[in-house]
Amino acid sequence: HLATSLPLPSERDHLRPRIDMVVFMIDITSKYSLKNVETSLAHVDANFFLGKVCFLVTGVGRVNACSIETNAVCKLAEAYCSPVLFCELELEGIRAATAQRLLRMLQICAGHIPGVSALSFVSLMRNSNDD
Amino acid sequence: MDETVAEYIRRTVLKMPRDEIKMMLQKWGFLSEAQLQTLNFHQQKDNISQEVVQLCEENSAGIKQAAALDIIYNHIYQNKRMWSVYQMKKSGEEEEYFDIADFKKKFKGRIRSALKNVTITFKEYEDNAIWIRVAWGTPHKKPNQYKPSYVVYHSQTPYVFISASVLKSNLPLLCQALIVASNYRDIREMELRSHSLNSLKDIVFKRYSQNFQTYSPKPVQGWNVEPENADRRIVHENRSAKERIHRLNQESFGCGPQPKLEFAQYRLDTMFKSDPKMDVLDKKEPFRCLVKFSSPHLLESLKSLTPLGMADAPLSPLLTCITHKARNYFKIREKKESFVSP
Repeated sequence: HLATSLPLPSERDHLRPRIDMVVFMIDITSKYSLKNVETSLAHVDANFFLGKVCFLVTGVGRVNACSIETNAVCKLAEAYCSPVLFCELELEGIRAATAQRLLRMLQICAGHIPGVSALSFVSLMRNSNDD
Repeated sequence: MDETVAEYIRRTVLKMPRDEIKMMLQKWGFLSEAQLQTLNFHQQKDNISQEVVQLCEENSAGIKQAAALDIIYNHIYQNKRMWSVYQMKKSGEEEEYFDIADFKKKFKGRIRSALKNVTITFKEYEDNAIWIRVAWGTPHKKPNQYKPSYVVYHSQTPYVFISASVLKSNLPLLCQALIVASNYRDIREMELRSHSLNSLKDIVFKRYSQNFQTYSPKPVQGWNVEPENADRRIVHENRSAKERIHRLNQESFGCGPQPKLEFAQYRLDTMFKSDPKMDVLDKKEPFRCLVKFSSPHLLESLKSLTPLGMADAPLSPLLTCITHKARNYFKIREKKESFVSP
């Protein structure tokens, strides 16, 4: 399901299946994008932040067009105890790899992988930048 | 042949991209087909231009012919120049039959009566456009061929497109000559400028697709917001919001391609409104600032703002009024109405 912001329109409530994972996409070239995500976060139930929320930063290939600092996004992700993925959608290889990662995470969030729960994402939060 | 003419022709040829030189010379028609055959268009441009000058020497080219070549180049590369739009007003008499010979005579006459040292060249094109090239001199100096003014006039319309040379002092004389020659009473500059001459024409001749109130609003094929995304596994939660944005966008911009403008400039002379606690400006004076939007294709980018989620719909009327008000330079003052034109 794709939405441009939260909360989701209520007229479709009855058509919506259970939500297993929420991915917030932030376009690194748009400050508006970050702001939109920040306001939408307020509408997410606290239970989701136990591993069922993920931030996806797109457009990282465009080094000259960055409007948001990655630091700001990482701080946001830390505040909400959720992982951040960086990708460039314009590159097919990275796009496919990112999709596979998200799919894997989704399988875990939906409980399809026995023995692994979404809670383990929280403990895997340390990224290679932290030393 | 005059040395200055030779140099001018040489430089004009040098401006042309190498694979277009032959075509432009053919359009020019001054050199015979036989002469053109003798030219080697595969060598360096420097050499090509020298050979062209040589041939022009044989044919005794004068400034008239050189100016004609310059018009041809500038007609093809019209988008390199910045064009302003002027509107003429009739004296209220009935339409007179437009006589091109009369127009040329009056135009030349009016300019020459004020300034002897000018080069005036005319060329008519199939779309009823009359191109006029004027190279300006002074009472003591010969015309500067490298800084001419260009005028494009469609005789069936009251609009004139001018790409003035840097010497702005000649503009009043040029305008006067235009109204005298075309039997109009007055001429004024519109607040509309762009590099794309065709887009300016589209705007003032109203050739772009405008949005008219439809008699019965019915879903148009354009309402399927993402036709290529027929993947049924993707559910768009905000479909109704997207459709609303799309509809508002259509109302503001119409469905066709937008005229090509590079700038929109807003000169604000309004009171600064801020949180009283911030107390930014002690004096209650209007805050003057200039807001300029620039883009390779401004109107298309404005049109994409709301569908891309970068701005809220509907867009400010200050942005959407550009085409139907035929202006991209605005002065905004503090008044009862939200917007005042100068």
